[in-house]
Amino acid sequence: MRAANIFHLGNKELRSLLRDPVMLFLILYAFTYAVYIASAAMPETLHKAPIAIVDEDRSPLSTRIIDAFYPPYFLSPALISRSEMDARMDAGLDTFAVNIPPGFQRDVLAGRSPTIQLNVDATRMSQAFVGSGYIQTIIGTEISSFLQGYRANPPPPVELALRARFNPQLNKSWFGAVMKVIDNVTMLSIILTGAALIREREHGTVEHLLVMPVTPFEIMAGKVWAMALVVLAATAGSLVFVVQGLLAVPIQGSILLFLAGSALHLFATTSLGIFLGTLARSMPQFGLLVMLILIPLQILSGSVTPRESMPDAVQFAMMAAPNTHFVILAQAILYRGAGLAVVWPQFVTLVLIGASLFGLSLARFRKTLAAMA
Amino acid sequence: MKAVDAAADAFLSPPPFPPVARLQDVSLNYGRTKALERITLDLPSGSMVGFIGPDGVGKSSLLSLVAGARKIQSGRISVLEGDMADAGHRRAACPRIAYMPQGLGRNLYPTLSVFENADFFGRLFGHAREEREHRIGNLLSATGLAPFADRPAGKLSGGMKQKLGLCCALIHDPDLLILDEPTTGVDPLSRRQFWELITRIRVGRPGMSVLVATAYMEEAARFDWLVAMNAGRLLAAEAPRELLDATGTATLEEAFIALLPPSQREGYRPVVIPPREPDADSGKTAIEAHGLTMRFGDFTAVDSVSFRIGQGEIFGFLGSNGCGKTTTMKMLTGLLPASEGEARLFGRPVDPKDIETRRRVGYMTQSFSLYGELTVRQNLVLHARLFRMPEEGIPARVEEMARRFGLSEEMESLPASLPLGHRQRLSLAVAMIHGPEMLILDEPTSGVDPVARDAFWQIMIDLARRDKVTIFISTHFMNEAERCDRISLMHAGRVLVSDAPAALIEKRGVNTLEEAFIGYLEEAEESMADGDATAPDGPSEIPAGQSAPAGAAKSDFFSLRRLFSYNRREALELLRDPIRLTLAMLGSVILMIVMGYGINMDVEDLSFAVLDRDQTTLSRDYALNLSGSRYFREQPPIKDHADLDRRMRAGEISLAIEIPPDFSRSLHRGSPVAIGAWIDGAMPTRAETVRGYVQGMHAHWMANLARHALGPVATAGAASIEIRFRYNPDVKSLPAMVPAVIPLLLMMIPAMLTALAVVREKELGSIVNFYVTPTTRLEFLLGKQIPYVCLAFLNFLLLTALAVAVFRLPIKGSFTALAAGAALYSIAATALGLVISAFMRSQIAALFGTTLLTILPAVQFSGMNDPVSSLEGAGAVIGRIYPTTHFLTIARGTFSKGLGFSDLSASFLPLLLAVPILIALGTLLLRKQES
Repeated sequence: MRAANIFHLGNKELRSLLRDPVMLFLILYAFTYAVYIASAAMPETLHKAPIAIVDEDRSPLSTRIIDAFYPPYFLSPALISRSEMDARMDAGLDTFAVNIPPGFQRDVLAGRSPTIQLNVDATRMSQAFVGSGYIQTIIGTEISSFLQGYRANPPPPVELALRARFNPQLNKSWFGAVMKVIDNVTMLSIILTGAALIREREHGTVEHLLVMPVTPFEIMAGKVWAMALVVLAATAGSLVFVVQGLLAVPIQGSILLFLAGSALHLFATTSLGIFLGTLARSMPQFGLLVMLILIPLQILSGSVTPRESMPDAVQFAMMAAPNTHFVILAQAILYRGAGLAVVWPQFVTLVLIGASLFGLSLARFRKTLAAMA
Repeated sequence: MKAVDAAADAFLSPPPFPPVARLQDVSLNYGRTKALERITLDLPSGSMVGFIGPDGVGKSSLLSLVAGARKIQSGRISVLEGDMADAGHRRAACPRIAYMPQGLGRNLYPTLSVFENADFFGRLFGHAREEREHRIGNLLSATGLAPFADRPAGKLSGGMKQKLGLCCALIHDPDLLILDEPTTGVDPLSRRQFWELITRIRVGRPGMSVLVATAYMEEAARFDWLVAMNAGRLLAAEAPRELLDATGTATLEEAFIALLPPSQREGYRPVVIPPREPDADSGKTAIEAHGLTMRFGDFTAVDSVSFRIGQGEIFGFLGSNGCGKTTTMKMLTGLLPASEGEARLFGRPVDPKDIETRRRVGYMTQSFSLYGELTVRQNLVLHARLFRMPEEGIPARVEEMARRFGLSEEMESLPASLPLGHRQRLSLAVAMIHGPEMLILDEPTSGVDPVARDAFWQIMIDLARRDKVTIFISTHFMNEAERCDRISLMHAGRVLVSDAPAALIEKRGVNTLEEAFIGYLEEAEESMADGDATAPDGPSEIPAGQSAPAGAAKSDFFSLRRLFSYNRREALELLRDPIRLTLAMLGSVILMIVMGYGINMDVEDLSFAVLDRDQTTLSRDYALNLSGSRYFREQPPIKDHADLDRRMRAGEISLAIEIPPDFSRSLHRGSPVAIGAWIDGAMPTRAETVRGYVQGMHAHWMANLARHALGPVATAGAASIEIRFRYNPDVKSLPAMVPAVIPLLLMMIPAMLTALAVVREKELGSIVNFYVTPTTRLEFLLGKQIPYVCLAFLNFLLLTALAVAVFRLPIKGSFTALAAGAALYSIAATALGLVISAFMRSQIAALFGTTLLTILPAVQFSGMNDPVSSLEGAGAVIGRIYPTTHFLTIARGTFSKGLGFSDLSASFLPLLLAVPILIALGTLLLRKQES
């Protein structure tokens, strides 16, 4: 009997959503085009990095070095004068500026070990560190091969065989696509449930439900399952058609297992949405609350920067957020092909977080209903 | 008696005065529904013109067309000698028109005080301060609202709200006053005061024309001229007396019914109330209340109310607005727990957890408790299921209810497309779907036309008499109160008197129930006024319209005064919502701290493990080389390949090093040997960094090895590269991220604040003030924008102070340049929100759209992590034009690079362009009339 109520109430939510073409369009947009452009725009760590070269040597060696920088890693180098260098970097035109001193080739051949200056705009964190490594390697290689004609270089005694697993080319769009889907799952589920609750309150329909033989638990559960279902369907579609199909990202593990994990995550986030819906008294307040909660959830969950590098306090606090576990399980399943044997701790944690959020919202929900009636 | 076939040709007698408005062939469609069909009508000036007719016949549509709030679809409407389709004339005419839309206080701003509401309208019409205060003072004292000048409009009773609405409408001395059902849902005493007020105003301004739609026929009878409508067509237009003569009826109510087309008239029968069976009183008690009290804080809404209602009784609840009727009903249904006292339903105490009792009760609230997104049928079916009716019985029951409430033809429509009265019927059908033994109805007939009301009462009487359903009903209609078995009069939380209607009339020694009612209320108010110094003084004289209609001459294309009027109002609303203010300010501070510390590109403490198959000093030295750095943290050694695979899959280690057997020996022999390194590529950014670290440390280890073996000579390379990390020498995340977080937050929060600003007015109805006042679209948008721009700029100062004081990040460049950039950027961000708001129809869509349109571009396409020049495809295009990109360059330039205006001019230009473009876009998307 109870289950029937939950079913009917959820059905009502689905019907309401179907009547809202703008919302449907936005959901579709979020899970298709937004995922696509986010992933397609995402550059490799070093992709078209803007570089400028001040060539004061104008020798065959310096020309050789200049020619070694080409797309896609670097934009074709801008050849500039020494005086332009600082201004261009200030304006943010270049991330890197290489200064080859006069008489460079002569000094190299003479074994005087001359110095090339490499200026890096270190406010561009993502390119600065990796890029300078690349540039060092490229210049080193060019000098060695230039010298090969003149003197023999012994091969290094120990070779380092570096291999990246799960994503051999370290293709960032693979990562970006899935993480975008994950971010959208969280955003949509919170907004849909929270805003639906506020709308019901503003239109007086919640109050009406309460005089009927339905319990707050049933009202909440109805919202949770219906909205979770919508998001889950959108996720599955997005993963199969956009991520796997359009963006051709190989998925290692079982999509079904991932969807099961998503369902648990949605249980937690839809409950969170209802919780926020009870805290906010109006839609404008809810909008701000969503921003306040959503941004840290997304940025600190490990889907943007690695968790390891966050301060311990943040890492610890974020253990309470469902996103963190969802990101961990998503990365494990989708990229590393992990099975339930590996991700079960995340599943269990999500159930626990979901249940406590649901319990908390239910208590709040009952209380706010009593207060507003 | 003259036979009237109204549908065929309406009889129109010439109006007594030259027309104030002329309608020619006016039609209006909502989708496929015809709201008005070829109406041709002249409305006389200088008189009171009433519009009567059932719900949904197009009265409201017609009035909003005349007011200029709605766009004309076909036909011609001229008002005050000008064409209303012409925007120029509308702008010139609207200072002379005042429009009060349907619904209690719908065009008022609930958080603003009474005075501020009136003041807003005064400013809008360009009155100077002194004149404004004079006018408002006069109007408020005339309406008796003066003592409540500081009370927020949202806390006024329904009658007071309507009086305030009238003050706001009259502030600019209109020549044409349009009132759409101004007294619906207002108690008789307030209603009487309202009309007295209108009469006095008309004495002061005899030239003023008044158009009124009303559901009260006794009100209509006092008007000079009546327009009767049905189904989008005109039935009649003449003076009330003539209307009665023409139809040969005694009352307007009967006249109206006589005017209806035969098909509608057939179903109508006067309501007959069979007396209650004498043994009824000995029956069971259905509802019982003892000393029911409800307190909100120190305000007592309901003060020890007691009553007893027998089974099958129709019990009426009457009282002024806000006297506690609704609160009492909510306590009975268990929605509100009583502060004191006890209520019993069917002999059992009210318990919100008691699901069984709820199944026996039907409840209908004042506000429509219907799901607007479900069709009529779906609403009925949903409720039947929630009341746990057997599934097989539902279709038949739904059909039966549809037939009974005349909804059969509208089963597949959405409630929103139904006229008010039909929606009320649907609400009642929903409340009765499960065949309850008791109905609790809170003003169910408010706003319903006489025919529908009679049909409704017929159903209720049948239910009460035949099925012994107990009915507890509140109403403002006296003829309905007369139909109740017993009524209670409530005032200020207390029950004044309870008895049968006839007995009450007799007790007061008056002729009608209305007089009795007003008598009791006045008595109660007097007794309260004795102890209450703030009670209203007698309404004073109405100011005559001595001054020329203000603003008429000033209705130019752009007026700073109107702009500031909207600006002031928006700012006041913002200030009245401290939660929103705190969230905006404190929220951005919290977010900045979280993100400043949280977004960390410095990859440290990476976990790695070694599969050491050599187990020599040299191989262990290699591992120590890694674990000794701050970048890596060693985990227990890997046992074999299977172990390596498992731990990598689980994400336990991000780097695995495999040292081959014979590593040490091969190295000493000088034969080639390779160390394997597996990096977890699941997160490419991290993997890249790991790769860089490993390569560097490998080279370092090799160099050390060579130095030990060969001496320092060997280490000198052919050339060396000297790296200078500029602006951020330690390559730390914090100095790079903090200046980037400021633009991010200054986009998302201000955009979210403004995104709801317009759409909220659309949803809540106050947008109509914009439609019918001379405010232009640009004035409206800019006026709304300014408070949020100020808030955003304050936010900027706060965030900058935080960056300098907490994050210890000095501003190396020009603060003026940074502040100027922030000011421009704040305008752009708020304008973006307004564009979304002007476009969207619902708050949810605006909310969702804003998150989609701000978070993704600002975080990913604006150069926070990856420079815009490195992006690809659509993201790159968005990145180039998005304002965040340019302010980000300014913020980083001034914070880290020590730059000023001249260095950053290239970034100011796009911001300077974005502001007018976004504002123009918002202006274009905003509609000045309802379509």
